[in-house]
Amino acid sequence: MKHLDEFRDPKLARRLVDEIRRTVSQPRVLMEVCGGQTHSLLRHGIATELNEVVELIHGPGCPVCVTPAEAIDFAQQLALEPNVVLASFGDMLRVPGTSRSLLDVRSRGGHVKIVYSPLDAVDLARHHPDQHVVVFAVGFETTAPTTALAVLQAATLGLKNFSLLVAHVRVLPAMEALMQSPGCRVEGFLAAGHVCTVTGFDEYESFVQRHKTPVAVTGFEPLDLLNGIRECVNQLEANQCEVTNRYARSVRQEGNASAQEIVSQVYEIADTPWRGLGVILKGGYRLHGEFEAFDAALRFETILRRVDDRSNMLTVDEQGSQTGCPAGVCPSDDCRSGEVLRGLIKPVECAAFGTRCTPDSPLGAPMVSAEGACAAYFKYQRTI
Amino acid sequence: MCLAVPGRVIRWIDRDPTFAQAEVEFDGVRRTCHMACVADAQEGDYVIVHAGVAISRVDEEQARLTLADLARLGELDESSEPPA
Ligand code: SF4
Repeated sequence: MKHLDEFRDPKLARRLVDEIRRTVSQPRVLMEVCGGQTHSLLRHGIATELNEVVELIHGPGCPVCVTPAEAIDFAQQLALEPNVVLASFGDMLRVPGTSRSLLDVRSRGGHVKIVYSPLDAVDLARHHPDQHVVVFAVGFETTAPTTALAVLQAATLGLKNFSLLVAHVRVLPAMEALMQSPGCRVEGFLAAGHVCTVTGFDEYESFVQRHKTPVAVTGFEPLDLLNGIRECVNQLEANQCEVTNRYARSVRQEGNASAQEIVSQVYEIADTPWRGLGVILKGGYRLHGEFEAFDAALRFETILRRVDDRSNMLTVDEQGSQTGCPAGVCPSDDCRSGEVLRGLIKPVECAAFGTRCTPDSPLGAPMVSAEGACAAYFKYQRTI
Repeated sequence: MCLAVPGRVIRWIDRDPTFAQAEVEFDGVRRTCHMACVADAQEGDYVIVHAGVAISRVDEEQARLTLADLARLGELDESSEPPA
């Protein structure tokens, strides 16, 4: 398939691996930000190939994993309201909220509809004027244009039965938070190719200079990933740091202006809670005031308040009894996804991995999601 | 959600800025995709689609340059290897 097969050429991949091995004078630690990259690195055996020379720390780039439990609880309550349909990406369904998942709620009669695109939810609202459709708007800068476009379409169509539960997050502020967290070992970043496709990479310049950390904008195929790794390694060996674009077929320096315009029409940047990482300064989006009619948090404010009260009570209980996940990542005491999401441990270091926690019966979000690091290790790396 | 794959634009359906749509083919399978972010894409171009929305037009020239660059790396390696 064009633009896939050429970037999977095993002979070239082998040469790149050899070159990286030859270049490295000491083991290097890089972080790939995006969960899609984590899966690709494991699926194609790249992480294993480079084992002793480049350690790949898996970043928090799984949108499903970083969506706060409270947002999931709110989504569940909305799905249980009469005449409300919650439209969600399929990935979100099995992620545990404070005590259960959307799938549990659906099996008890909640109205949860899986959509491939937020724009399908606009059609749903258009064809079911008697129902109110709420889109669970999760994802990074890559997904924000798709939900923003849904709002613009709904506004143009004059839909009154459509709103968003906004839980979008922004990648660069999370990278910033990780760099400032104690114990951070990251020496260079593979920036998320499709996020940069939308945002461009100008805003990475000051990050690179402040942290003296190379950033290579990187795609998802084996040659893309190896190319990004090679770039970071070369820079580290030469004591340099800059932003380079190793995914030029999709990413332009200035990003996609139309997508940015759509996002800035609908959203403004806001401090936002991330599951496992806490509130991150400028770490997400909220709807502009002029679109507040499409804000599920305002429209269903009383339900949100009820959910908030309940979640707060749970937090107090958990702290009181000294159990529960301190990062608020998951309801299980055993789950270490807070550390996995911050790159502090590898999934295999969690005692529950592959035994009590599997994709069929997950304890935490990173084992559920198609982009979660625990799921990637389970699928491709169980022997290690 | 994030692993967007390239597809080929078969034909434009709607050019409206907010409702722009085209038929896009992925490995033989055709889908209707939203094109508001890639209004300049032509039929025959490859686009990267995320959650039903095309987010970029694949730059063929850049794809070719990257591959040529990587292939050159291979040649350099081979020429620097001692003769057997
Ligand atoms: S393996 Fe399961 S229990 Fe352990 S950190 Fe990952 S999701 Fe949590």
